[in-house]
Amino acid sequence: MSEPPSPRLPQRDRPWMMRTYAGHSTAKASNELYRRNLEKGQTGLSVAFDLPTQTGYDADDELSKGEVGKVGVPVAHIGDMEALMAGIPLGEMNTSMTINATAAWLLALYVVAAEREGVAQEQLQGTTQNDIVKEFLARGTYAFPPEPSMRLIADMIAYTVEHIPKWNPINICSYHLQEAGATPVQEIAYAMSNGIAVLDAVKSRFGERADEVIGKVFARISFFVNAGVRFVEEHAKLRAMSEIWQEIGRERYGVTDEKLLRFRYGVQVNSLGLTEAQPENNVQRIVLEALAVTLGRSARARAIQLPAWNEALGLPRPFDQQWSLRIQQVLAYETDLLDYPDIFEGSKVMDGLVAELVKGAKAEMAVVAEHGGAVEAVSYMKASLVDSHRERVRRIESGEQIVVGQNKFTETEKSPLTADAEGGILVVDPAVEAQQIAAVKQWRSATRDQAAVDTALAELARVAKGDEREGNLMEPTLAAARAGATTGEWSATLREVFGSYRAPTGVGEASAAAADDDLETLRERVAGLQELLGRRPKILVGKPGLDGHSNGAEQIAVRARDVGMDVVYEGIRLTPSQIAASALQEGVHVIGLSILSGSHRELIPAVIDALRKAGVDAPVIVGGIIPTQDFAPLKQAGVAAIYTPKDFELSQIMRDIIDLLEARSSGNGNGATAEAVAGSASA
Amino acid sequence: MNGAELGRRLRERDLSAAPAALNLLESTSPDDREQAAALLAEVAPAKLGGEAPGHIVGVTGPPGAGKSTLLSAFIMHLRAHGYASIASIAVLAVDPSSRHSGGSLLGDRTRIAFDPADEQVFIRSTAAGERLGGLAAGTRTAAQALAAAFDVVLIETVGVGQAETDVADVADTVVVVVQPGSGDVLQFIKSGIMEIPDILVVTKSDLGEIAMRTRRDLSAALRSLSKRSIPVIAVSSLPPYLEFDRLAQELEQSRRHMKDLATHRQRLRRAGALRSFATEYGEHGMRALGGRRAAERMLAQLPANLGEPEIGAWLAEQMQQQTSA
Repeated sequence: MSEPPSPRLPQRDRPWMMRTYAGHSTAKASNELYRRNLEKGQTGLSVAFDLPTQTGYDADDELSKGEVGKVGVPVAHIGDMEALMAGIPLGEMNTSMTINATAAWLLALYVVAAEREGVAQEQLQGTTQNDIVKEFLARGTYAFPPEPSMRLIADMIAYTVEHIPKWNPINICSYHLQEAGATPVQEIAYAMSNGIAVLDAVKSRFGERADEVIGKVFARISFFVNAGVRFVEEHAKLRAMSEIWQEIGRERYGVTDEKLLRFRYGVQVNSLGLTEAQPENNVQRIVLEALAVTLGRSARARAIQLPAWNEALGLPRPFDQQWSLRIQQVLAYETDLLDYPDIFEGSKVMDGLVAELVKGAKAEMAVVAEHGGAVEAVSYMKASLVDSHRERVRRIESGEQIVVGQNKFTETEKSPLTADAEGGILVVDPAVEAQQIAAVKQWRSATRDQAAVDTALAELARVAKGDEREGNLMEPTLAAARAGATTGEWSATLREVFGSYRAPTGVGEASAAAADDDLETLRERVAGLQELLGRRPKILVGKPGLDGHSNGAEQIAVRARDVGMDVVYEGIRLTPSQIAASALQEGVHVIGLSILSGSHRELIPAVIDALRKAGVDAPVIVGGIIPTQDFAPLKQAGVAAIYTPKDFELSQIMRDIIDLLEARSSGNGNGATAEAVAGSASA
Repeated sequence: MNGAELGRRLRERDLSAAPAALNLLESTSPDDREQAAALLAEVAPAKLGGEAPGHIVGVTGPPGAGKSTLLSAFIMHLRAHGYASIASIAVLAVDPSSRHSGGSLLGDRTRIAFDPADEQVFIRSTAAGERLGGLAAGTRTAAQALAAAFDVVLIETVGVGQAETDVADVADTVVVVVQPGSGDVLQFIKSGIMEIPDILVVTKSDLGEIAMRTRRDLSAALRSLSKRSIPVIAVSSLPPYLEFDRLAQELEQSRRHMKDLATHRQRLRRAGALRSFATEYGEHGMRALGGRRAAERMLAQLPANLGEPEIGAWLAEQMQQQTSA
């Protein structure tokens, strides 16, 4: 009689890599934070860059106003990168950088910083996110048009495969697609299509050598996924991704080595579902989402970073991030999660879910392929995401989808977690921006050899103007990093050659909402307002600053159209003077601004100032992640209404806008803009 | 709001009057209609001492052909290179309205890059309103008013259904934009769109051979229609921008070749007024004028320098006389 085999693993698994997405204020402050986090048992670094760095501007650019050091750390040149990594052993560290449009540049700075520490690039380990398609679709921190962006990515992959073999040059992100409203099927299909687009680009980059390197390249492509609170289905999603990815490797690229075929992914769990109302509930949401990516061994994450409980309120403090790290540590070290082989093997339910998702995703991938692949299908995918997100918003608004504490069980005690003066969030010192501006000016004028910088940038432009036969863009990028060029200069050089670009917004293609009583009532009121104003009510919706998270603004735009307004959707990355000029020229009756990056304190008053100077006195409403203590100063600056994530009922926002315009017009014939202009010009 | 004052400012080429003028021209309230008529009277040929000097250019083509990208890069090019005859530019970007809600998403503006400090460029988005796939009623009068102040008025419409022909009814010159390799050429010939353009533009010439083939196909099609003289230009809206100078020259050329601008505009004004009349008074009104043909004959007798509102008023008067007689 032999004993039945043990259901346990012969040896407990090693935990996944634990990171915290972090960075703020300055390179020095962020370096201190990283070192503290490593002492607390974090096993890898995840660098959050500020928006100017992500989009390729220096702190003193007009577009950087209000954004410097807010959602991450500013890194303008090799000096900043050295300060950021000071005292951290780069030969041993595994560093993930959330960087896309400017990924080649930040990788070059990292390589040169290591070089100066005496660490050869061959030893470096880490990941650059470098996924531009999802920037066009969901996150908005792109800098160049699609074609040259894909060339930059292909060049980076070609470079790292040869010179930094342990680096993951690209992390294909389905994370942001879910944040933008993707269903599991869409998330899988668009991520996989994106992977195909990248591999095809690299393959053509290598020309005749393609067959010999494609396996190595395939193995270097990792994914960055999302996990929502429906954690059983979310786990199935990861198994489905793994299945499809391996099939792509085998069938499309002829990869046979099982090791090279493995689906490797890191994860940041869902922020979209985190609520501002009763924010303590987010802790259990985060725990459950972490289970989605760890439960089954055959589809377990390689690296995990968890959001903080207070993300819907503002920027998390080190304490909040520590709490999230401790969740990972409890899961890995206290529970028995790592003791077993795959616990879903043979599960009919799990296999059924996976089969369903694989089938749906393959059908959607075929649609993307019909559009000519992921790069060509950006408009189609964007419009589909806007539609899915609208459906999600509708379900929550109607109560069909329950969000505890937000649309059900809303009675609550006062939370002690947000009771402190700052409301339980991190407030970046506004002096940081001025310091960084002074520092970058000082760097340009005093620290470096200008002639060397000019030569390096001229060479970068020359290579960029040719095609890939002219050379790999990584070489002149590394030279520019060594010479002391800045993030803004590197990007400006390439913008000059490649041209700038605005991604499709997806709102124009969004289909009309199904009419219900609520919508009909609002349409009638808009028709009445049209009588009152003489014109159909016209609203401008846009995002000042560099924050590219446009989901909220898009939903407002689509709903305003659906209640019968004319909507000028301005998209992202607008300066105050651009918004003012548009509002004036378009003759809008009301202006809606959305900011999630924490730059509202600087940018909203600047926009209102520019509007009034242009002679536009249309009311301004603001939406985004706005801490309660900022309401009073914004209202004082002239904001008519403020909406935060807890105001999830779009119909209510529309009612408010109609009320506001009715109250203002009071029988007056035309938009306020017109009179102001006529008045100011004839005065 | 004083319509006459705004009209006078436009006549004096005060570009800053444009936003308020448009607010007025788009309005349907009775007071505003009255002021709008006063505005238009100020920029009518009689007051201007001739036709409005601005060149009204219709830009149309199928969705996704790259119209906005083209306009964006082209306008920047024009502003950067200082064309004397195209110094000030107004853009009327027309988007469809939703049939369900009547609302609209005016998305073209985001695709047109502009310098907010440049007062020589004015961009206004308008909804097509109830005219499916066509131009809003106000767009025609807006273009006429802006032509008094701006060197060029570009009207951008999506080419679905009636829009191409609609834009031909308001523009001096029609530019049709085609995307390479889209198979549009055959469709164009079938649908009769090839009858409309004065200039054909093939976008995305950076795609190389495929764009050149489309250009050859279009040229061949034009030859078969005996329209050999219509230029076909392949442009690239990505740097290095290609053929923008040629496009600018062709526009200037086309404007210069309109020897009889007055006759052309007069025909458009009469057709426009008659169309508005038909919308306002329907079959009944048209019968009162003795039918469309009779109305057109009557219009031909009118002085050439009447503005569209004046022609419209005259038609209404005729109708009343006929019914009371």
